[in-house]
Amino acid sequence: MFLNIIEGISAFAIPLVLLFIPLYAYYKKIKVYEVFVEGAKEGFNVAVKIMPFLVAILVSVGIFRASGALNYITTMLAPITRFIGMPPETIPMAFMMPLSGSGAIGVMTDLLTTYGPDSFIGLVTSSMMGSTETTFYILALYFGSVGIKNGRHTLPAALAGNVAGILGAVLISNLVFR
Amino acid sequence: MINVVWLFLIVVGVGVAMINSIISGDLEPLKEITASAFNMSKTSIEIAIGLIGLMMLWLGLMKLAEESGLISILAKMLKPIMTRLFPDVPADHPAMGAMIMNIAANMLGLGNAATPLGLKAMMELQKLNKNQESATNAMATFLALNASSVTIIPSTVIGIRVATGSADPARVIGTILFATTCSTIVAITLAKLLGRMKRYKVDSSPQTEQQNR
Repeated sequence: MFLNIIEGISAFAIPLVLLFIPLYAYYKKIKVYEVFVEGAKEGFNVAVKIMPFLVAILVSVGIFRASGALNYITTMLAPITRFIGMPPETIPMAFMMPLSGSGAIGVMTDLLTTYGPDSFIGLVTSSMMGSTETTFYILALYFGSVGIKNGRHTLPAALAGNVAGILGAVLISNLVFR
Repeated sequence: MINVVWLFLIVVGVGVAMINSIISGDLEPLKEITASAFNMSKTSIEIAIGLIGLMMLWLGLMKLAEESGLISILAKMLKPIMTRLFPDVPADHPAMGAMIMNIAANMLGLGNAATPLGLKAMMELQKLNKNQESATNAMATFLALNASSVTIIPSTVIGIRVATGSADPARVIGTILFATTCSTIVAITLAKLLGRMKRYKVDSSPQTEQQNR
C-alpha cells in the first residue's frame, strides 16, 4: 500500500513538472519556447567541463576495483567487523558503495544471489545499499561542473556520513532481523 | 584529502595487481587493471555525453521556472529550513530553488532529474563564490547531503531484491530509513563543524593555492 502510493507519486512527478512549469510561465506571459532554448544552451558546456574530473575519478576507481584489493581488505578487517555484528561478507559492499554505483549494484546482486535476499547477510546488504550514494562520483561530477578543485571539508564530511550509514544499517539490522 | 585518496586507489590497485601477477606467475591481473583503466576513461566520456541532453532539458525548464518566479515561490515556502542549512546563501537566491528541486527529486528517487538539478544548483552557488577554485560552505553542506542519500523509496534496492527472488522485498524500507537518517545527520553535522576548522579555511590568495601542491 505505502509502496504503491510512493511509486505513484514518483511516476506522476516528472510529467506534472513538465506540464506545470511551462504552463505557469505562459500564464506569467513568458515566451516559453524562446526562454527554454536560452536556458538549455548552457547544457553542453557543463558536460564538457566535467569530463576531466570524471576520467580522473573513474579510472582510479576502475584500477582499484579490477585489482582485487578488496579481497585483502576484507580479510584484514573481518575480525573487527565480526565484533560489531557486521558479517565480513558485506565488507566489499561497504567499500564499494562510495566508490562506484555500478560496482555496488554488482556486489549486492552477487551477495543476494549467493546467500539469499532474506538471509541476514542479504538484509544487511540491502539496508546498507539504501543509505549511501556514490560519494566520489557525485563530488567529481558536481565540483567538476563548476571547475572547483579544492573541495575543502566536503569529502571528509560525506565519507563520515557514509560510514555512519553503514554502521547504522548494521546496528538496526542486528536489532530488527536477528 | 582527495589527492591522497586518489593516489591511494591507484597505488593500491596497481600494487595488488603486480603482487598477484608475480605470486601466481600469471599476467592476467595486470592485463585486467590496464583494460579497466582504458574502459573507465571511455565510460567517463560516455556518461558526460549522455548527460548533455538531460542537462539541456532541465536547464531549459529551470530557466522557465526562474523567469516566471516559480523558483522564488518555492524558496520562500521552505525558507526556514533552507536558511538554517545554508546561512551564506540569500533566502531568495536561485540557488535555493535549485537545491530544493534537487533534494525533492532525490527523495522521490528520480536520479535523471536530480543530477541536472544538482548541477544547476552548483552553477548558482558558484556565482556566490569568491574563490572560484575552492568550495564554499554551502557547497560542502549541499554535497554532503547529496552523498548521504535522502531517498524515501529505495527503488534500486527493492528492484534487486525482487530480481533475486525475495519473499518480502520491502522488508528493508524501515532499516534503510534509519540508516539513511544516520548518514544524513552525521554528514550535515560534520559539514557544518569541519567548515570552521583552520585546515579547511578558504584559500584567499593564489600563494596558498601553490603551497598546497
